[in-house]
Amino acid sequence: MQVVLSMNKDTLIAKMSGELDHHSAEEVREKLERCIINKSAKNLIFDFSNLTFMDSSGIGMIIGRFKLISAMGGKVQIVCKSRQIDKLISMSGLKKIIKVYDDIKQAIESI
Amino acid sequence: MKTNNKMKLEFPSLSGNESFARATVAAFVSQLDPTVEEIADIKTALSEGVTNAVIHGYGDKIGIIKIECELNDKTVKLIIEDNGKGIADKEKARQPFYTESDGEERSGMGFTVMETFMDSLEIISKTGEGTKLIMTKEISDLKEQV
Repeated sequence: MQVVLSMNKDTLIAKMSGELDHHSAEEVREKLERCIINKSAKNLIFDFSNLTFMDSSGIGMIIGRFKLISAMGGKVQIVCKSRQIDKLISMSGLKKIIKVYDDIKQAIESI
Repeated sequence: MKTNNKMKLEFPSLSGNESFARATVAAFVSQLDPTVEEIADIKTALSEGVTNAVIHGYGDKIGIIKIECELNDKTVKLIIEDNGKGIADKEKARQPFYTESDGEERSGMGFTVMETFMDSLEIISKTGEGTKLIMTKEISDLKEQV
């Protein structure tokens, strides 16, 4: 599991590769939390373009960050290309509160 | 061609073993020629079951998680077993978004994912003795459809 963090204006982009499960979610959570505070990020984009696997631990991690960001008036968006991850995100009902794009450019433009 | 095969896996309930279990079961099931989506479904359901055993079954303790995988013709049978604390209310546990974790961020979707991604799910559990999950999924025979 690898997370590359970058800022685009006041939006934090978390580009993840590898597998997001219970084991890796904790580390990702800590990294994101630290970066959101240190960089005063308003919005957050989860870029799952290179993520090869995710289970419901990932959903829990996304919901946690959504609560934090939305409490501060920011937006959370997801970029996802994998059918497996999209299926999981759909069944979790996450799409009602978070927009999912298949391209990072679209996600950045619409934030 | 008929395939009848089975394997057993045992490992301590360390979270780092979750990916090992997924990769091993996926490699074993691949002899049935599943589609990419079917393999992803099985890996996800297995991951939910193993994660439940790690977090809810054993919690802070380390115990043994056993996985059995059987391939009968085109059906995959997965058994995930722990000797942890067990589930007091199985019906409640099956409800979407229900979770007993308060400190950790849990979505409460584990059993819903297992039920949705597999064809069947049976939960056998006794408080203080452990939990056994039995799941099955039929692999489509693409060659017959062509």
